[in-house]
Parts: sequence; C-alpha cells; structure tokens
Amino acid sequence: MEKRATFGSWWIGIAFAVPQVILIFTFFYWPAGEAIYWSLTLQQPWGGGNIWVGLDNFRQILDDPIYWASVLRSVVFAVASTGLAMGGALILAVFVDRECTGSRLYRVVLIWPYGIAAPALGLAFRFLMAPEAGFLAFLNQIAPGLWDPGLNGTDAMIEIIVAFSWKYVGYDFIFFLSALQAIPRAQIEAAALDGAGWLRRLRDIQLPLLTPTVFFLLVIDLTESFQDSFGIVDIMTAGGPARATELMVYKIYFDGFRGFDYSGAAAQSIILMVLIMLLTVLQFRFIERRVHYK
Amino acid sequence: MIERTPILNLVTQLVLFVGLVVALAPFVFVAIAATHDLRDVNLVPMPLLPGHNFIDNLATAWHRAGLGPKLVNSLIFAGGVAIGKVVVSAFTAYAIVFFRFPGRQLLFWSIFVTLMLPLEVRIVPTYAVAANVLGPYQAILDITGITSLVEALSGIRLDLQFGLLNSYPGLILPLVATATGTFLYRQFFLTLPDELVEAAKMDGAGPIRFFFDIVLPLSRNNIAALATIMFLWAWNQYLWPLLVTTEPEHATAVTALKSLIPNEGGIPEWNVAMAGTLIVMLPTLIVVIVMQRWFVRGLIASEK
Repeated sequence: MEKRATFGSWWIGIAFAVPQVILIFTFFYWPAGEAIYWSLTLQQPWGGGNIWVGLDNFRQILDDPIYWASVLRSVVFAVASTGLAMGGALILAVFVDRECTGSRLYRVVLIWPYGIAAPALGLAFRFLMAPEAGFLAFLNQIAPGLWDPGLNGTDAMIEIIVAFSWKYVGYDFIFFLSALQAIPRAQIEAAALDGAGWLRRLRDIQLPLLTPTVFFLLVIDLTESFQDSFGIVDIMTAGGPARATELMVYKIYFDGFRGFDYSGAAAQSIILMVLIMLLTVLQFRFIERRVHYK
Repeated sequence: MIERTPILNLVTQLVLFVGLVVALAPFVFVAIAATHDLRDVNLVPMPLLPGHNFIDNLATAWHRAGLGPKLVNSLIFAGGVAIGKVVVSAFTAYAIVFFRFPGRQLLFWSIFVTLMLPLEVRIVPTYAVAANVLGPYQAILDITGITSLVEALSGIRLDLQFGLLNSYPGLILPLVATATGTFLYRQFFLTLPDELVEAAKMDGAGPIRFFFDIVLPLSRNNIAALATIMFLWAWNQYLWPLLVTTEPEHATAVTALKSLIPNEGGIPEWNVAMAGTLIVMLPTLIVVIVMQRWFVRGLIASEK
C-alpha cells in the first residue's frame, strides 16, 4: 500500500530517517557483518591481528559432537516448549471465548505470566522445582532421588521447558483470543442454527480460521525459544548438569565470553542467524499463502 | 448467543479454573515463601500459611543485591529504550510513508531485515561495537585509506575511541536499533487519509509542522501501546545488561537476581531469593495490570 499524497521536499524525509539509519548501521549491520568476518578468520581475543582461515571455523564446529548435541537440545527445547505453550494457550483461549461467567477475570489474569522477566521466573521456578525444598521436593520424600535437576539432565531440561512454556502460554493466549474474537459471530450463529454443536463449530469454523495465527505463533515461539531462553537457562541451570541444558545461544555466550573463542562463537552465531532467517522466510513465503484467510 | 449447554459450561469453568491456578500459583508460592524464615522455607512441604519475616526478607534481599540503585538503573534503562523507540521509529515511519526519496525501498527493506535477527544471536560482535562505538567508523576510515591520508598530511593518527560499556547509552542504544516500532507506526500512518496531507499542504503546513501538529497527536494510542511493550521488554532484558555492565553500580535489577541464587552447599536462603524475585517482578506486573489495554494492543499490532 502506498500513499498518493506525499511531501515533495525529500531531503526532510531523509533527515527523519537518519537516526534510525545510524543506529541500525552501528548496532546491527556492522556487528552482523563483523560476525561473518570473524567466522572466516581466527581472532585474537584481546585484539591484535587475525588470520584468514576460510571455512575452517565452520568445519571445526560442524565436526564437533558437542555442538550437534547443543543443536539437538535446542530443537527439543523449542519443539517441546512451543507445543506446550501453544496447546495450553489454545485450549484456554477457546474456553474464554465462550464468554461464560468470569471470562473477564480470566482474560486479565492469564496474560500476567508474560510480563515477568525470564530470569525472575527462572529463579521462582528454580525454587518451586528444587529437589530439597519448594513445591516438587515432596517427590523426593516419596522416592528419594526421583527428582533432581541438579544431577539429572532430563529433569533439568523438563525444568527449563516448564518455566519457558509458563511464560509463553500468556503470550500465545493473547493472540489466540484476539483471533477468535475477530471471527464474525454471525458465522458461528449460522452454524448453530444449522444444528452444528460446539465441537463441530470449533473444528469446522474456528480452528480453520485460526490457522494464520497458529503459524504466526509457531514462528514467533520457535524464534523466542532460541533467544528468550537464555535468562532462564543461566539462572536455573547455567547450562548444566554436564551440558544437559546448554542451548545454542547459551553455548555462543559461553564460548565467546568465557572461552574467548570469538571465531567459534561468531561461526555459531552465523549458523543460528541463518536458521532464524530461514524460519522467518518460511513464514512469509510458504506458510502464509496456504493458510486460510477470510 | 443463547444455548443450553450445562455440561460444556461446567467443563469450561473447570478448565479455566485449572488454568487460573497454574497461572497464579507461582506468584502465590513466591509471595508465601518470601514471608517465611530460613527453617520454614526449607520444610517439605512448605507451610502455606504466611510467616512473619516478610519485611526482614525484603530488607535482606534489598541490601544483598543492592536493589535500590539497580531498580533506578532499570527504570532509566527501560524508560530510555521506550522513549528512544517511540521517537526514532515515529521519525522513520514518517519518512517511509510520507516521502518519496531515492533509496526509500532500500531503507524499508534494510529496516525490515533487522526484525529477523535478535540481539542475542549477534551478541559477540555487538559487544565489541559497544566497547568502542566509533570502531565501525574507524574501520571505514582505515579501509578507505583516509586514516593514512590524514596521517601523511598532518602527522596525526586518527584513533576514534568511545566506549559505551557501563553507561546508559551502551545499555539503551543497541536495543533501540531494531524495527519493532517502525512497522507499528507505518501501519497506522497508512490508514491516515490522503486528504489530511492535502488539506495540511493547502493550509501551508510543511512536513515538519504536519508531523508535530497532526500526525503525532493522532498517534497517541500507538505511542502508549508501543511505550508499554517496549518498557516491559527492556526491563526484562537479561543477556545484554549482563554483558555491558561489568561494574555492579551500573547493573540492572534483573541481572542482580543472580547474586541471590543460593549457592550449592551454602545456606539455602530461598526466602531471601524469593523476596528479591518479588521485588524485581512487581514493577512489570504493575505495568501489565495498569496498562493492560495498551499492552495487549501493542503486542498484537506490533507483531502483524
């Protein structure tokens, strides 16, 4: 969509755009470009010279089983937490949309979790799910050693997935509910007059009309699970035990700022950038075309 | 719509009640844990009746994590990001929608691309830029040969250095450099009727006058929505403040939580940790509750 009426003095227009251009050049394009350059060289952590190594950094990372393990973990984390958050949010939104008594209260309260900082809820859930105190500790009184995220990698993974999904249920809920409310009531009433029950209306009218929202949230949640997970992982498990919760972004941070392997971290950043860009392009190119719009 | 569905209504209420409990339980549990003393908080199961140590725990957490100055830092940081976003993206969207200058499409797409790559994935080089924000410009001067030219002519070696670590601009500016708000404004500006521009032109208003007297007042709703979500988003940032603020007096409240985690094998002072968590999550919770309308609106509008 374009405007017909515009202002002629285009230098003022450029002046309006200048602050943004300077900012994104300095803090976005330059670092992104530098990441590409670093990934092709061997950087000294304290400055002073670098050696061109071509694709060696990538080869080294892609040959590293520890890297692949972190990719696999990120995928497991992304799929599990996205599924949990979207599933929970969809069920809640569908029921709130029925507008029974109290739906106003639910509409307000169910979005609270999204306002909480990831590290704050990480610390809260770390206590809730601690093996020796808190909420889940009773499991260890029934059967000692049943639950210990500090030692058992699977438990630690469950812990971060639950914490992350709890936050994103609130986020997904907002979008599902607003999409459900945008469906014209007349369509639903017409179906009801034709004798379609609630489940039938849900399956044949509401869910098909929700597909754009589903795909939109799918991409957003997957992308967020790569980045917003950092605070949760750092506070709850610090990547442990024994790397069991070392997700891709956490590994980039750890290799870059703790291991001072700038080149390796840059190469990992590039791989993650490509992955996220592919996801976004996928959303714009293929998925949006096939889903149902009004 | 009137429909008699008693069983379905019961199921609805049950499911929603479970959802409500799951959403609220962590808040309640954190709040109760924050009132206990060291012994009670570590009991299994933890007593659900509040204890008497609430104020003590808040005070201990406040001092141990240095929350006073850090909350102020967080406030300046989040407020700065919100204001920066509101201003910069309004300017940019105005330029993109109301002007036809060469390179407009290029500008549009170069801003659009920034939506795809969050700060977290390009964290290492962005940190290097923050350490010397003039670094990119120095490198350009070096590559284009201007540095050596100036050195040959005047004998002065250009060395641009300006570090942003441990400063508010260092915290704020990289987070302003994304496209989130720009598209929110763009969508809105596109709905403004062409006649508005024409009428303004006829009355002799130039582009600057039109922006400040017509466009900005009309965008009040968008500004409130954008400011709300950007404030929350910035307040909740963790990785960037953690890296940029190496000195404790510049740290933000969210990163200060790390110092409250009970050490393995140390005293399990979960009551203090939970009191700290409560203090840090409270401001955002209040913003969500008070600004609910703008929050929901901003989220939905900015992502589309």
